[in-house]
This record gives sequence, structure tokens and C-alpha cells, in this order.
Amino acid sequence: MEFGIVELSRLQFATTVMFHFLFVPLTLGLSILVAIMETVYVMTNRPIWRQMTKFWGMLFGINFALGVATGITMEFQFGMNWSYYSHYVGDIFGAPLAIEGLMAFFLEATFVGLFFFGWDKLSKVAHLVVAWLVAIGSNFSALWILIANGWMQNPVGAEFNPMTMRMEMTDFFAVLFNEVAQAKFVHTVSAGYVTASVFVLGVSAWYLLRNRHVELARRSITVAAAFGLASAFSLVLLGDESGYSATHSQKMKLAAIEAMWETHEAPAPFNLIGFPDQEARETHYAIEIPWAMGLIGTRSLTTEIPGINDLVANAEKRIRSGMIAYEALLEVREKREAVDPAMSAQFEAHSADLGFAYLLKKYVDNPLDASEAQIKAAADDTVPTVWPLFWAFRIMVGLGFGFIATMGYFFYRASFKGMNFPRPALHMAVWMIPAPWIAAELGWFVAEFGRQPWTVDGVLPTAMSVSALSMTEVAITLAGFVIFYTILFVVEMGLMLKYIRIGPYQDVEETDAWNKRHQDRLAGRRSADSIATPAE
Amino acid sequence: MILHELMSYELLRVIWWGLLGVLLIGFALTDGFDMGVGALLPFVAKTDTQRRVAINTVGPVWEGNQVWFILGGGAIFAAWPPLYAVSFSGFYLAMFVILAAFIVRPVAFKYRSKRDGARWRSAWDWSLCISGAVPALLFGVAVGNVIQGVPFHFTDDLHTIYEGAWYMKFIGLLDPFSILAGVVSLAMLLMHGAAWLTLKAEGEVQTRARAIGSVAALVAMGAYALAGVWLAVGIEGFRIVGDYVTGGPSNPLHFEVERSASWLTAYSDRPWIMIAPLMAFLGGILTFFGLRAGREISTLLFSKMAIFGMISSVGLTMFPFIMPSSSDPRSSLTVWNSSSSHLTLFVMLVATVIFMPLILMYTAWVYKVLWGKVTEADVSENSHSVY
Repeated sequence: MEFGIVELSRLQFATTVMFHFLFVPLTLGLSILVAIMETVYVMTNRPIWRQMTKFWGMLFGINFALGVATGITMEFQFGMNWSYYSHYVGDIFGAPLAIEGLMAFFLEATFVGLFFFGWDKLSKVAHLVVAWLVAIGSNFSALWILIANGWMQNPVGAEFNPMTMRMEMTDFFAVLFNEVAQAKFVHTVSAGYVTASVFVLGVSAWYLLRNRHVELARRSITVAAAFGLASAFSLVLLGDESGYSATHSQKMKLAAIEAMWETHEAPAPFNLIGFPDQEARETHYAIEIPWAMGLIGTRSLTTEIPGINDLVANAEKRIRSGMIAYEALLEVREKREAVDPAMSAQFEAHSADLGFAYLLKKYVDNPLDASEAQIKAAADDTVPTVWPLFWAFRIMVGLGFGFIATMGYFFYRASFKGMNFPRPALHMAVWMIPAPWIAAELGWFVAEFGRQPWTVDGVLPTAMSVSALSMTEVAITLAGFVIFYTILFVVEMGLMLKYIRIGPYQDVEETDAWNKRHQDRLAGRRSADSIATPAE
Repeated sequence: MILHELMSYELLRVIWWGLLGVLLIGFALTDGFDMGVGALLPFVAKTDTQRRVAINTVGPVWEGNQVWFILGGGAIFAAWPPLYAVSFSGFYLAMFVILAAFIVRPVAFKYRSKRDGARWRSAWDWSLCISGAVPALLFGVAVGNVIQGVPFHFTDDLHTIYEGAWYMKFIGLLDPFSILAGVVSLAMLLMHGAAWLTLKAEGEVQTRARAIGSVAALVAMGAYALAGVWLAVGIEGFRIVGDYVTGGPSNPLHFEVERSASWLTAYSDRPWIMIAPLMAFLGGILTFFGLRAGREISTLLFSKMAIFGMISSVGLTMFPFIMPSSSDPRSSLTVWNSSSSHLTLFVMLVATVIFMPLILMYTAWVYKVLWGKVTEADVSENSHSVY
């Protein structure tokens, strides 16, 4: 593969977006966990829960700063590096981004300052409301971003306007209630909840192993395990829902994830593992689970799922149809209102395939000049590279089931075994901390790499979406981002570890005094007083 | 959906042109004082406690203020996609520098006081200074370039092509007029930051802020007046020629544009827009006297008035142009040829009408909760929880 401006721009986007998503899931989940902890504090009035809120809130704040900082890049680099994309689909794609700012990010960012600075300035209940507004704001952010992303995967509610040379919105509610966006939203926020739960669980386990902050750690584990278990179930179920919606919106991505080269008689088997061979278009040493793919993908035993070879043949048909649309487009654009109605009708009939004609631009300037061999090559280009998708997907799913098992185990120990956790399990919880980040990055990789060669599925090829920049400019900014982000990452990790090592340091005396009274009361000692009861 | 047909496309475009101004002004009025305080930080505050006082005057609010910047990007994307595509890729390296500043700033605020050590803190203080001053300067430079026209053209399928070598997209931006415009915006935000510190701080920090701020107010007014004279005598404007429709498809190539004698002919065509530069001068002068006299609330309001006047005067003078092209005037972006579709503009307007009042309400509530001065005692007592 030739390495040009398209590849360099993709590398920059992948770098900045994957770096951004190191911070997003923890923000999504920890904002909710902190709000839950503060709710318990307001309901029970026990100082330990306020200390938990402040401690996890502090770690939330360190993480949040980098989430915000790296998110700014995302909002602007569509225009910087992907200017033709911005022009071509901004009419639809820009709207959810702007509404995200209006509805969600303003809420989150305005109240996050008050969360940290408002402890003495607000009543307990008012501060609790602020905590929940931050959490709601973060999660609504995710909703609008995934509506925008969902449209790239499944571009509904829009059509091409030859007068403006771009896609224009025809139905806002179709964009809003895009099934792909909705499934992805719940899947993504669930991933955030699991990430935060694993993080809280792991850090608390580390304290228990060292016999520090035991009261805080045990309560944190209880909250994290309960919340994490529910989220892990939701994560896997909605992941399955995403797969189901891909069956009708993104057949190629689904077939590539499965390395399913030939259309299989329904119900298709699921390749548990195997070694996909792109050249030969077959999968070596595949271990199949009969029927499973048909059931997951179509929820029936009779519906066929098309294989890659059939999808390529279909792409070739659409490229030819797109060429007719392209020819008509040139005339419609030239003559504007004076165009021959027959030509206009010809354009309308084929305009849905226009994007497929653009695939030829990689080979020829004018798609109408394409040779037979070039049409075939462009059709082959619609298949993403299979093996990375195949493996990334399987590792992600494996981790997903791992989260259910871990959270289930800790939930059981916390609920029925008096919050006693065996040391090996605690060690495992500490080592588990990076796992949700790996799963989340792999998930995005599957979603976005699996969408290639398109930026907007079937509408606009990635190769056409880039800005007319020089390699030098993009190389400079890419190097800048990498250096910059590396420094910030080192600083962030340093602070995170420093504050985890220090442990909770706010309201220490009050909390320790309460802890002692609480222990006395549980043990039935004589020094116990009524102040330690829940109704304190 | 036919609801959007109730408002004409032309009207929606004018409303969104106004909202573009509201967002830019909203950004300058709120995040503007954060940038100003950052840029002033090493000069108004000498001891660590003083610096923490200055930082904590904006500590709880900069995050919300910065959303004006992000919303500005999102709203330009949604309402003016060609502007988003042309300007951000055209000012590529300058945008990168601005982004870098906006990435450093949140981190500097959050992390500065999380470790002791003079070098750690001093490094973040200077980061705050540079990340406040550089974007403040570059925003003005960008406006200076837009006023003179930017060298780009569209191909038939509306790909944007820039004339000249890649480095000219950065070095080439720094012509004398644009640098003057940069001085206007930097001085304006320094004045605004000083007005904010006058309200929120006391003692030495306040005294120094008032001294620097009153100089900045004079520089801003002087440079703004000079730029106006320059526009009158040395810079050509643009105008649309021939028949054109204001409610037609958003395609710049459907219009004919040529250079005109001066942008300032707008003031004879629409005399009422004189109100904008008058507000700018009046606001600037009153800010100067307010800072000298130590008036707190009214000075901040006058500073806001000056900023409102300066930014709106640029938009009103150029209307209907948004981003003219110097190399191919026909490719110029105007209110009539570079908006989103009729439906998108309407949907976005509905969203704005619902959420903007809510945003203003809860933002006002947050400022009310945080009302009052930040003192050195506050910082020392809450050393662990404040920035």
C-alpha cells in the first residue's frame, strides 16, 4: 500500500481519537459512580461516603482534564484534516456535534467546577444535584457523539443534492433514532461503566492488599461490583444488538469480522477461531460453532447472511450504477435548472450509488474513464483487511465475558460473604485494571477500521475525504500531537499514581472518628454511642 | 417535515449569521477573561499564593467558558460547513498552535497545584501565560486575514485548493495588517482579564491588574482606530455583482464577486452599523477610566461592551461576506452561499432556542454561587481542594 496523505491523515486521526478514548470511558463511568456514592452520603449522612465521593472525585478530575483537552482536537480536526468530508456531510454530521455542545458539554463543564469548588458554598442536596448534572452531561455527550458516528456507519435520513455537491439532511428524526446509533450508545456507555467499575475495584483491591483505607475500599468494591455487574451484562447484550443491526446496515463489516468469505446456507456457523487469508479468500484451521452466527446475526434459522464474495459482486454492480449517476451529475450540475428532465430522472434513479463511483477516483480522475480491471479492483477495495478485525473482535468479546465473571464474583463475595475477599482475587482485580481500556480501543478499531474504505458507509470513500494539505504539514502536526500527548500522558499517570498512593486525604479526622464509632457499634462495645447509627 | 418551510431560507441564514456572532462574542466575553488572566498571570502575581489567587478567580468557571470555543467549532460545522472546511484546513498550522494552547490550558489549571516544587509550578504558570496570549493574538491575526481575503478557490466538485506553499499558510498569515489585528485582540483580552481580576481579586494582584489593564485598554483602542484608518485607505473590499438569489442552494460557484473600493462603503449603505465601533470606543474608554478609578462591576461591564462592539463591527462591516477569497473572489464564502440546508438550519435553531436560555440560566446561577472575591486566606485554608 502506498503511504500518502490519506494514510498519514488516517494515522493522525486514529492516534488522536484513540488517545482521547483513553480518558472518555473513565469519565463516563466514574461520574456516575461518584454521584451514586454522594447519593448514599446524602441519604445516610455517614462521613465515610463523603470521603469516598471526594477521593474518587479527585481521580475523576485528573482524568477529566485530559478528556476535555484531547476532546478539543476532535471537534476541530474534521475541518483541518478532512475538509472535503466536512463539506460533503457537514449538513448532517455537524448537527449532533453542535447539539452535543449545547445540551451536554455545557452542562457537564459548567457544573464540574462547582462540584470541586462548591462543597462549602452549597447545601448537601444542591451539591448532590450538581454531581448528578455532571454525570448526566457526560453521558448525554456520548449520546450525541454516537449519533454522529452512527450516521457514518448507517447514513439514514439524508440525500445527495447535485446543486450543492453534498449530502443534505431530509429527516432529522431518522438521524436521531438511527438504530445503529442507539445500540452503539448503550454499548459505549456500558463500556464506560465497566471501565470505571474495574478501575474502582482494582484500586480498592490494592488498598485491601496493603490493609489501608479498608472501610473506604470495601464500600467502594461493593458499589463497583454491583454497578459493574449490571453494566457488563448490558455491555455484552448491547454489543450483540450492534451485531444484529450490522446485519442489515453493514453487511461487509459483519462478514469481515466473521471472515465469512462465502454466503453460507442459513443458519450460518460462527468461526470461534481461525486464520483468515485475504489473498485466497478463505479461513484456515477454522473452529466453527454450528448455527451460532445465523442466530446472532439474524435471530432466525432461515435468514441468510451474505458472504464477502457475494458482497464484492454486489459492490461491482453498484459501481456501474454509480458511474451512470456520475455521468448524469456532470450534466445536472452544468445546466442547473435548465437540465433535461430525463437526465435529472436518470440521476435520481442512480444517485444512491454515486459514492461507489467515487471509489474509482483512486485509479482515474474521471470515473467514467475507468477500465474493466479498475472497476474490479475498486470492487475488491470494498473489503477491509480481515484478520485484524477478526482477532480484535474476538479479544474484545472474550474480555467482555471476563468482566461479567469478575464482577459477578466480587458481587457475590461482597453481598453474601461479608465483604471478605481472598487475596488471589484481589491480586487479579489489580492486574485487571488495563483490560477494559484494551477492550474499548479494540471495539472502536473494529467499528472504524471495519468501515473502510468508507468514511461514510456507501456514500463517501476515505480517500476522497481528506484536505488538500501537504505531507509536511500533516507530519508536523502528527509529530506535535504525539510528543504533546506523550508528555501529558506521563504527567497524568504520574499524578494519578501519586494520588492513589496518598489515598483519601480530605475529611480524615471526621471520617476516622466515625469509622471507629461504627466499628465499636458493630462489635457491641460499651463505648458505642447512638451517633453511629444510619439515622445520624 | 414541512415545519421548517415556515421560516424562509434567507431569514434562517441571517439568523445563523447573527448566532455565529453571538457564539464568537460569547466566547470572547467568557473564555476571553480566562485567557487574559492566564496571559497576565506571571506579571500580576509574584508569590505562589498570589498566583493561586489569580488562577482560582477563574478556577471554577474556565471549564464551562471553554465550551463556547468548542460549541463555536460545532456550530460552524453544523450551520456553515463550507466555512468550517475552508477555514480550519486553510489556517492549518495556526489552528494546530491554537489547539495546542487549548490542550495545555485545562491541564495546567488542573495540575499546577497538585504537586509542590517551584519548577513544576513555574512551568505550568508560564504554560498558562503562553496558552492565554498566543491564541488571543492568533484569533486577531485570523480575523485580519479574513478581512483582506484568503487565497483559496473551489474546484467544480467543491474541493478546496489553497494557493502557495504550505509554510505560507502560517508565515503568510503574519502580514502587517493582520499583526495589527492580532494586537487589537490580544490587548482587548488582556484588558478583559484585568477587569475580571479587578472584580475578583484584591491587594497587590488587583493593583497590578489595574495598572496593566488600563495600558492594554489604551493599546486596544489605539490599534483598533489605526486598523479602521488602514481599512479606509489601504485595503480593498469585496462585493457580489450581477443577479443573485439569497435563498438558493449553498454553492459559492453560483455567484459572481469582485473587489470593491473599500469595506467601509458598508457605513454609507447601512449607517446604523456605526453603533458597533461607537460601542467599542465608548466601552474601551470607560474601561480605562474604570480601571484607573478602581470601579469593579461597572468596569467589567464596560469591557464587555468594548469587546461586543469590536467583534460585531467586523461582522457588520463585511456582511454578507464571511470569508472572501483573495485569489479567486468567485469562491468567496457569503451568508447566501455557504450555509447548511434549510432543514438543518431550522433544526439547529430549534435546538438553540431550547438550550441557549437554559445554558445562560444555569451559568448565571453558577456565577452567583461563586460570587465574591478570592482572597489569599481562601487559598491557604483550602490548599488541598482549590487549584
